Amino acid sequence: MVSEAPGNTRSLEQQVWQIASDVPDPEIPVVTLGDLGIVRDVIVEKDGVAIVKLTPTYSGCPAVQMIEDSVRDAVHAAGFKCQVERVISPSWTTDWISENGREKLRAYGIAPPVRKSGAKPQLFERDSPQCPRCKSDNTKLISQFGSTPCKAHFQCEACLEPFDYFKCL
Amino acid sequence: MSNAAHQSVLFDYLVCLGDDHLILGHRLSQWCGHAPMLEEDLALSNISLDMFGQARNLYTYAGEIEGKGRDEDALAFLRKEHEYHNLMLVERPNGDFAQTILRQLFYSQFALLLWEKLSTSTDERLAAIAQKAHKEASYHVRHAAEWVIRLGDGTDESARRMANALKTLAPNIEEMFANGEENTALTDAGIIPTPDSLRTAWRKRISDVFDEAQMDMAQLDVHPIKGARQGRHSEAMGHILAELQYMQRTYPNCQW
Repeated sequence: MVSEAPGNTRSLEQQVWQIASDVPDPEIPVVTLGDLGIVRDVIVEKDGVAIVKLTPTYSGCPAVQMIEDSVRDAVHAAGFKCQVERVISPSWTTDWISENGREKLRAYGIAPPVRKSGAKPQLFERDSPQCPRCKSDNTKLISQFGSTPCKAHFQCEACLEPFDYFKCL
Repeated sequence: MSNAAHQSVLFDYLVCLGDDHLILGHRLSQWCGHAPMLEEDLALSNISLDMFGQARNLYTYAGEIEGKGRDEDALAFLRKEHEYHNLMLVERPNGDFAQTILRQLFYSQFALLLWEKLSTSTDERLAAIAQKAHKEASYHVRHAAEWVIRLGDGTDESARRMANALKTLAPNIEEMFANGEENTALTDAGIIPTPDSLRTAWRKRISDVFDEAQMDMAQLDVHPIKGARQGRHSEAMGHILAELQYMQRTYPNCQW
């Protein structure tokens, strides 16, 4: 997704892209912004300023400011001047979470989204994410909204442990 | 219409829609710490957060269009009561949980249909805001609809409370679909749909929920109250702004 540019600029952009992508998500630090698909583009201008384009997950995500500040700090620390631009189109979707990201979420105890974006379940229809601890499919929804707007709260009927579910968006 | 006049109408529209979300988000936030159970405390607070986010996107765009240096905070906190153009529906008191969740169903179903239309707006920025908001609003509608069904088709007490909620909120429905002449330029340019074009689809979706909830659509056919979209609010709005604007009025220009 980095812009095409000859030689030197291109490798600078890839470098900044990697730095931004490796920044951990402040709420779920086991996954990176790259894992979540939050880094959308990097352009290094002729004057050396790196412009990093990030997208918010939810409209009301309270971590957006912190994410932007973290990226700016990380890119500065690597010796670049940095501007962060917020882009909202195309809309962020859970489809952009990498396979690696999904595994990290699972290992951390958060069940990754079961559906693809755009699915329109009926009222009272429920996802059955697998319990991240004991892998049982026998799980039930406790609340459609959990510790953050992006997550729902589930309980496993087999091992009885509660867990967060990353909702499909 | 000149481009400047056009932009002025778009500014008004964005602020108006932002006001719906700000005021309803504020109403929902009043449940934080007071909801009947923890899961609903989380749900109402999270829906509130989504709505504030959508308001922020709208206000920020509006401020840029106006070009007078007003940002999202200035628009949210620093206007006089008659300058807010939210629906009266969203400023109505929370009442009991039945009233809150029925209000949420009514508004979020309207918002969902509106965001769907706005997703193909000829204004790219508004379309982008709508595409995000649409996905979030679908969760709000599901949550509210499921509760309306559980409570409407629940116990004698829950059904009674739902019926009272319906009676209380019915006069505030028609205002959602009232066309404003001032918006003709926006509808002609394909930027927004006309509000009354959403009425049929809204009634169909609400009717489907009411069928399951054992509630009566005929209760919606009452004499409507309007005026809030023109800045003529109910008494409740003054109390809301007294709370919302308290910090800025007490410590002008205070920053977090």
